[in-house]
Formats: sequence, C-alpha cells, structure tokens
Amino acid sequence: MKARRLEESAVPHGVFQERAEESLDADSAIKTDGPDAAMERAVEGAVARAVFGSDLRRREFVRYVGAGAAYAILNSVFPMGAAKALAQEKTGPIEKKELKVGFIPITCATPIIMAEPMGFYKKHGLDVQVYKASGWAMIRDLAINRETDATHMLTPMPIAFTMGVGSQAVPFVMPAVENINGQAITLAVKHKGIKGAQDMKGFKFAVPFDYSIHNFLLRYYLAEGGVDPDKEVQIRVIPPPEMVANLQAGNLDGYLGPDPFNQRAVHEAVGFIFMLSKEIWPGHPCCAFAARKDFVEKNPNTFQALFKAIIDATQYAHQASNRKEIAKAIAPKNFLNQPVEVVEQVLTGEFPDGLGNMRKVPDRIDFDPFPWQSMAIWILTQMKRWGYIKGDVDYKKIAEQVYLAADCREVMKSLGYKAPAQNSTKHDFLLGKTKVFDPAKPEEYVKSFAIRRA
Amino acid sequence: MDPHAKTSERKKVVISSLCFLLAFVFFWQVNVKPTLGGKTEGLPSPLAVAEKAWEMLSNPFYDRGANDKGIGVQLIYSLGRLAVGYSVASVVAIFLGVVLGLYPTLYRSVNPYIQILKPISPLAWMPLFLYTIKDSGKAAVMVIFMSSLWPTLANTAFGVSSIKRDYLNVSSLLQLSWLRRLFKVILPAAAPAIVAGLRISMGSAWIAIVAAEMLIGGTGIGYFVWNEWNNLQLTSVIFAILTIGGVGVLLDVGLGRLGKNLSYAE
Repeated sequence: MKARRLEESAVPHGVFQERAEESLDADSAIKTDGPDAAMERAVEGAVARAVFGSDLRRREFVRYVGAGAAYAILNSVFPMGAAKALAQEKTGPIEKKELKVGFIPITCATPIIMAEPMGFYKKHGLDVQVYKASGWAMIRDLAINRETDATHMLTPMPIAFTMGVGSQAVPFVMPAVENINGQAITLAVKHKGIKGAQDMKGFKFAVPFDYSIHNFLLRYYLAEGGVDPDKEVQIRVIPPPEMVANLQAGNLDGYLGPDPFNQRAVHEAVGFIFMLSKEIWPGHPCCAFAARKDFVEKNPNTFQALFKAIIDATQYAHQASNRKEIAKAIAPKNFLNQPVEVVEQVLTGEFPDGLGNMRKVPDRIDFDPFPWQSMAIWILTQMKRWGYIKGDVDYKKIAEQVYLAADCREVMKSLGYKAPAQNSTKHDFLLGKTKVFDPAKPEEYVKSFAIRRA
Repeated sequence: MDPHAKTSERKKVVISSLCFLLAFVFFWQVNVKPTLGGKTEGLPSPLAVAEKAWEMLSNPFYDRGANDKGIGVQLIYSLGRLAVGYSVASVVAIFLGVVLGLYPTLYRSVNPYIQILKPISPLAWMPLFLYTIKDSGKAAVMVIFMSSLWPTLANTAFGVSSIKRDYLNVSSLLQLSWLRRLFKVILPAAAPAIVAGLRISMGSAWIAIVAAEMLIGGTGIGYFVWNEWNNLQLTSVIFAILTIGGVGVLLDVGLGRLGKNLSYAE
C-alpha cells in the first residue's frame, strides 16, 4: 500500500506518477490493494462511468489522451479528491505514530513548532516531538541519519542534498514551504549611515548556511549594487542563534538572517534592520518542511497525516489575527527560547527598526505552504550562478522531483484551502535589473547577470 | 610539624582562599553592567546568578518538553555519555598501554602515531563520526572516547615500562600465569601512573563533552549552555559554567580517592 492519498496527484511528473496512472485503471487494481484503495478506485470508477457513460468509452478516452491527462480532465469536471474523502473517512492506519521532527529555533519554523504545543499534530493522530538542532549542518545530519523523521529545512537544502551537493546524495522531498518573507539584512549600529551595497565593501557578513535563500538573496543584493560577494566582502556561515552574539562582539558587520535574530539585535540595541528581505523579492520562499524520500515511501499514511498537520498549521499561522497567540505558544524555552515581545514584533509586523522608526509591515513574515517549482528553479539558477553547481542543470526535472507542488495542492484542497492551479509561475522582484524571473528560461537568466561565477 | 601549627596553617589557607573569593566577587560586582544598552541585562550581578542557581537547584529535574529539561536531567545525560565513552576508552587504553609497556620495540614503533593522534582536538573528529556512525548521540560518546584515550594510554605504557625489572623477574621465577602476572604484579606496580593518566583523561573528557553537546544539541549540560546563550541569558550561562566546574572537581576528587586506595608502599 503505497502513498495512497498522494497518488491522487494530477500532475504527470509527481513522484507518485506511476501510481496515478495505475489508479485510473480501476478494475485491475481492486484485488491487489487494501480495502481503502479499493474504495477509492470504486469511487473513481463510478465517477468515470457517470461522466463517460460506459467503461468502454472511458478506456478509449484514456488510451487517446493518456492516463495523466485523462485524470486531470476528469478531476476538473468532478471534484475527485472530495468524493474520495467523503467515501472514505480515514486514509488508513498510521504506520508510525511517534515522530521526531527537527527544527532550528527561528520564526520561519513557526508552523512546525506551534503544531506541537497547539495540537495540530495530535489532531491528525500523531505524537510528534519537535527536536531543537544547533545549526543547519546538524539538521542535515540528523535527517540523513534518520534520527529525525521529517524536518525543518531551508528551501535550497532538499534540492542540494538530492543532487548530492554539500552532502552525500540523499533524495529528499519538500512537500511544503513554511514561510515566505521574514528575513532581513541587519547591520551593526556603527553602520547607521550606510546607504546601499556600494558602502558595504569589506564587510564581514553572516548567513545561516551555504544552501540558504539568505546566502542567495544577500549575494543577489550585493551584486546588484555592484559588489562582488566572493571578492569584495566576506560571507561566512554562522548558525542563526549565534548571530546576535557575534554582531555584538564586533565579529560581524551584518547578516542576512532569519528572525527573531534581526529583531533581537534591535532589542539588544546592537544592530538595526537595514532592509527586509521582502524588499528584494516579495514573497520569496525561505524555510521548508522536508523529509527523506524513503521515509515518505515507507510511511505514506504517516506522512500524509504529518503533511496535513503542517498545512493546517501553516494556514493557521497565515491568519494575522492568530499571530499573537502563536507568539506566546512558541516563545518558551522548549521552543524558540526568546522574549515574547520580540517574537510578537516579528509575527505581527509592528516593530521598531533600530533607527528610531516604528514600522508596520503586516507581511513582514507570512506563511504559505505552496512549493512553487519556479522557486526551486530560481534557487538552482543562483546555485549555478555562484558556482555551487557546475555543468548542465536540468532545472525543471530537479524542481519537479523535490518540490511536491501537485501533492501540496491536493492536500490543501482536501483540507478546504484554496491552492494555485499551476506548479510554476513568474516571480516579480522589487530589486534588480531583471524585474521578472521567468522559470522557462533559467539559463538565459543566469547569463543575464554581470557578476557571476558560471 | 606539631598539630597546633598544622591547624593554624590550615586556617591561613582557608582565610586567604575566602579572601580571594571575596575579591573576585567584588571585582565582578564592580564590573556589572545593568544593560547592554538594550532591554536584556548585560553581565549579571553575582546576586542574580545566586538567585538563578537557587531557582535551578530547587527544581533540578523538571521536564517541560524535549528541549527544556532541568539542570539535573541535563547533568545526568552528560554524565551518562561520559561514563560510557570514558570507561570503554579506559579499558582499551590500559590494555594497549600494558602491551606497549611490556614490549619496548613495539612501543617505539607505534609511538610516532600516538604522538600525532594525541594532540588532535577530540571535536575535530566530530564531523567524521557523524558521517560514519550516523548517530549524533554515539558520535558524542566517540568524542569522549577519543579525548580520554591518549592520556591513560601514554601513562599506562610509561608506568608499565618503568616497573622494576626485579618484580618481573620474580614473577617469571615463580612461574605465574600471564593473567596472575598482570593482576598481581604489573597493574599494581603501574597503578599510580595509570591512575594519574585516568585523572587527566577524565578532565579532558569532561571538557570535551560540553563542547560536543553544544554542537549536537538536544540534551546535556553543553546543550543547556548553548540554549541559554541563544537567548543571551548570561545568568544561566554563568550558573552552568560554575556547575560544570563543580562537577569536574567532584569527578577528579573521586578518582583521586581511588588512586590513594590503589597505591602501595615501596
């Protein structure tokens, strides 16, 4: 019984594509799979018969357009997911109830963390313990060593690890983004007069990890300002929780880091918020929820429940009115271990910037689970641009393999949320020469930059 | 020295020792900064640390979730790791040390490698262990193993090689079995050197475990320090530092007692 719910995936490139095709040929599958699967197929068959009139015409139709397309068309005429969910209340027994989910204590992980104290995991039948890791390299090793079942990651990490960059090659899947926006360039107070990238030559910067949106956005920002990030500044990797202490010690001039550590620097009066990351790319992805591909394949029902809990929590966090309650739930020592006040300033977007201004930016951080494959393609273009990957890159294929957009759409719909109809989209930038990123032309995009290593 | 002079000498030591403590606390108090300019306290006062210590010690075994446990629980985790890594390392080190001490040619031929491995910071092994053992807890124990291996090994080898020839000659004259020779002659004769090695090993193991736990996270006194540092809670960090020092002293004193019991009169 593999990935039953996931096989509803309508898009032919999903990880579970083969199963999607099989499931259309309902009659043959009934005997081999369990009763739940049989029920699903019976529903599918009934719907198909209702739409096409007879089995024969359905088979003809499938043969003509191909199984994937047939399924997609059928799905558009009739809400298949909903019909199946109605016919069968549960997805099947959960293979593994007690799970360990790794996280880094930052507000990006809000949905993953809050799902424990606020009961989202429990609601979906799971007993999850969130496990605090000291840095991203540790998150990687814990996930690869199977010490955690699923984990908080940075959006570029599952891509890099699947490709075997910065790690041994271990296939990961990333079914959901956690947060969009929510990062900032924080500079030490002594740099209050700085106007832009051109004044930052010689700076010592920190980012949380090589394979982080932070690294790529900081490099993007500096390069757009004419500063070569490899030659004219120093960018080092420092775990987020240690950034404030290093800024205070004068060990850093600034960082593009996750919150609450930007706001914490303001709170401690050691730094100020120079620029929010959404002022570079509004709606950029940051952190993600990811799992080893083999864990998902071995425990499809567990994964499905976990996936739902995360989507539920992410949507809950998306509601601005819930943010104060969430801040209170995740600030304690067991989770973020930060002053509630700081966490609240981050989540509500009403914050002092350290320059004497009180700012109101409701979407300073936002939570949106949909893993646009075009986001993965942008990340890959930057990995290529800065020489983290060399040679030909099959942008589309990797994006489709790791970012489970179609599966996320299904789960979002099954929980009653709206989901985008496409897997990829063009992204608009606020800062930079090229204002629109077209995922269909990644190579041209890489070549369009003046400062690049590829 | 007559008993009276001895007690007055001891008095002097205690008094001057207390004076040092007072001077230190005074110096600390003078340098306390109420804030760093921000809202969190800067270097906390001795009193604040004492209060924190009272709070922590009055409820040392609380458990508020996977990432927030009392100081007592954290110490138990750390001491557990220490016990496993250190005892395995000690057994291996003493065994190898005896062999090397008994065969000087072998000792000389492997000595260069021991010398190269000895000065490596046990934490430098961490990434390699994580990659190969694939378990963060075991990797931390392996770090303890590496840190407590060399001092005991070197001291045992030295102790055994400098056993008086007479002892060994007598034991072969008596035709003692290999095992009896080991336990009746070699180990007792080399005991002072071995125990000295064990004490040094314990010190370096205790130093290494804190650093290792700061890296792997999760549990242990090192993780506790790291977690409090994230929140810039220097009060807790100072308290943890003092605790680490205190436990270190207890471990050393314990081994010292063991050494006294094992030593023999010439």
